[in-house]
Amino acid sequence: MRIERDVIYIIIVTLFLMVAIPWTMGQISEDIFFEWPFFFEVAIGGLLAGVMYSLVALGFVLIFKASGVFNFAQGAMVLFSALTLVGLNELGMPIWLAIIATLVVMLLLAVVIERVVLRSLVNQEHIILFMATIGITYFLDGFGQTLWGSEVKTLNLGIPSDPGFYFDGKILINDFDLVAALLAGVLVIVLALFFQYTRIGRALRAVADDHQAALSVGIPLKHIWVIVWAVAGIVALVAGIMWGSKLGVQFSLALIALKALPVLILGGFTSVPGAIVGGLIIGAGEKLAEVFIAPLIGGGIEDWFAYMLALAFLVFRPQGLFGEKIIERV
Amino acid sequence: MLYREAGEFKSTYQADQAILTIRQDRWFMWAMLAFAFLVIPLISSEYWLGTILLPFLILALAALGLNVLTGYAGQLSLGTGGFMATGAFAAYKLATAFPELHIVVVILLAGLLTAGVGILFGIPSLRIKGFYLAVATLASQFFLIWMFNKFGWFTNYSASGVISAPPMSVFGDAFVTGPYATAEAKYLFTLSLVVLFALMTKNLVRSNIGREWMAVRDMDIAAEIIGIKMLSTKLKAFAYSSFLCGISGALWAFVYTGSVEPLAFDVNRSFQILFMIIIGGLGSIMGAFLGAAFIVLLPIFLSNAPHWIGLNIPVDLISHIEFMVFGVLIIFFLIVEPHGLARLWQLLKEKLRLWPFPY
Repeated sequence: MRIERDVIYIIIVTLFLMVAIPWTMGQISEDIFFEWPFFFEVAIGGLLAGVMYSLVALGFVLIFKASGVFNFAQGAMVLFSALTLVGLNELGMPIWLAIIATLVVMLLLAVVIERVVLRSLVNQEHIILFMATIGITYFLDGFGQTLWGSEVKTLNLGIPSDPGFYFDGKILINDFDLVAALLAGVLVIVLALFFQYTRIGRALRAVADDHQAALSVGIPLKHIWVIVWAVAGIVALVAGIMWGSKLGVQFSLALIALKALPVLILGGFTSVPGAIVGGLIIGAGEKLAEVFIAPLIGGGIEDWFAYMLALAFLVFRPQGLFGEKIIERV
Repeated sequence: MLYREAGEFKSTYQADQAILTIRQDRWFMWAMLAFAFLVIPLISSEYWLGTILLPFLILALAALGLNVLTGYAGQLSLGTGGFMATGAFAAYKLATAFPELHIVVVILLAGLLTAGVGILFGIPSLRIKGFYLAVATLASQFFLIWMFNKFGWFTNYSASGVISAPPMSVFGDAFVTGPYATAEAKYLFTLSLVVLFALMTKNLVRSNIGREWMAVRDMDIAAEIIGIKMLSTKLKAFAYSSFLCGISGALWAFVYTGSVEPLAFDVNRSFQILFMIIIGGLGSIMGAFLGAAFIVLLPIFLSNAPHWIGLNIPVDLISHIEFMVFGVLIIFFLIVEPHGLARLWQLLKEKLRLWPFPY
């Protein structure tokens, strides 16, 4: 992948500001405590949280790339997969079997969505498809909770969740976040390999490049869509497992879609590396702002800060950091 | 047979440019208005007026606003809730700071203030397009709600963060807010405003400005090349749209609920309004009303339907099933008629015009 020079400049400026603003704030304001180990602790915590956002954003990117659909249901798919997993586990399935069963359920879901929704809406405007995925969101939210109930469930896969001290005990990092980040990293590498070296992966990339050209060389578009939604379902399951173990499996899991959206526009709708870099920037930026800026303006800014940050990036790069350059002709 | 333009000759430019060119359409419209203004207040119960028709009218106004922005000017926005909240809080601050102001003035000023906020959040639209813009408008949604929650100044430092409308009257004893207001007065007041703004919007979209909006929607680069100024056109759309949304928010807070907290205008409200214009039909005034009626009535129908057929289901299960059915119906509607209820209305009129012949 070729990285444009603008992007490198923007990232360098961002990194500089991420260090400079907290430092300045620490100097000029007495409310804000600034020390280097503490700064790094916050930054690393943010980066690790950002990886979790990337996990959700990845699902969006996969589907948008292959079918041009802005799949708002990704958050609902995260919730649904986590609910199914926990529900099956509670019914007495061992956890590995439950995971496999959930994978099958997500695959079925992809088939049903393609058959019922996408196939009927071929060639419609983007906004219609977007609304249809909001419809899917409502359906999945309701369906999952009708099936498995709406009380908070705990999901325990034996991932350690103790706080660990690193660098001579100066920096405190939650072990769980490290494991999650590692897992997300593995997932991204697997996806990258899958896209790069398998037959299906090549077909997916072809479809992403040009639907018609792909069709004309004999790639079955319908199968590709099922595959892409299934892969997004698997990504949703991984995100659901990680977020579910962290926060408990409950309705609010569906709302992390709203956390992933700024990541998505910052990185670009069509770029897998964009989702990762975007997640890291949003995660670190959000945490740093919460600790080093928020006390000055009243706190609780995490609701909107990510969006404002993404907006600031979009002013310079309207297609997101790694999105395809928008070329328009009359 | 009854409904056709044959035999209607237009002898003046004025007649040629009328909003409804077919006589039967005009009669139908007058009949509808007479029904809405005279008959409904007489036959409807307090419950119907206060909890169904009032939110329907107010949300229809917001849908009208969003339809101008998304349906006519082509700028997808998810910030409607934020703009409604701005209208509500602006009206509250105005009404409490200047108690002698007339309620219509308060509401209009609140709308104008919201238009200013809308312009501010519309500026990114000059660089950002499509879904990027949609997500970017969420920034306004979350930021505005946070601001009204966080700073006590907006709620006059009320401990709960809830604002309550002071009693205000249109003239004399005709209170439309506060405890003395009757449902009829509220309904008629809202209806008059909504009809007025619907008429204004209809005229706006068939004027110069409206044609510019549509040109930008259909292809913004081509529009720019034929000399339409992007900056002013897009910002006008944002301003007018948020003007209507602000008024709708002010009406929601003052006339409908009487007291409101910022969370009433959260992101779900934005989605609700977006549903209305998609189900109703993008780029259609009628569509905003049809969509609003559908989205307001559907949940009421869904939550009552199990009782009517004699099923007893626990409340939380009902709400989950409601979600499911709502989602399915949305998808069903999009598949059956992606251009919305307004398109069905249009088809019906086409058919009527040719009746009894198929074509």
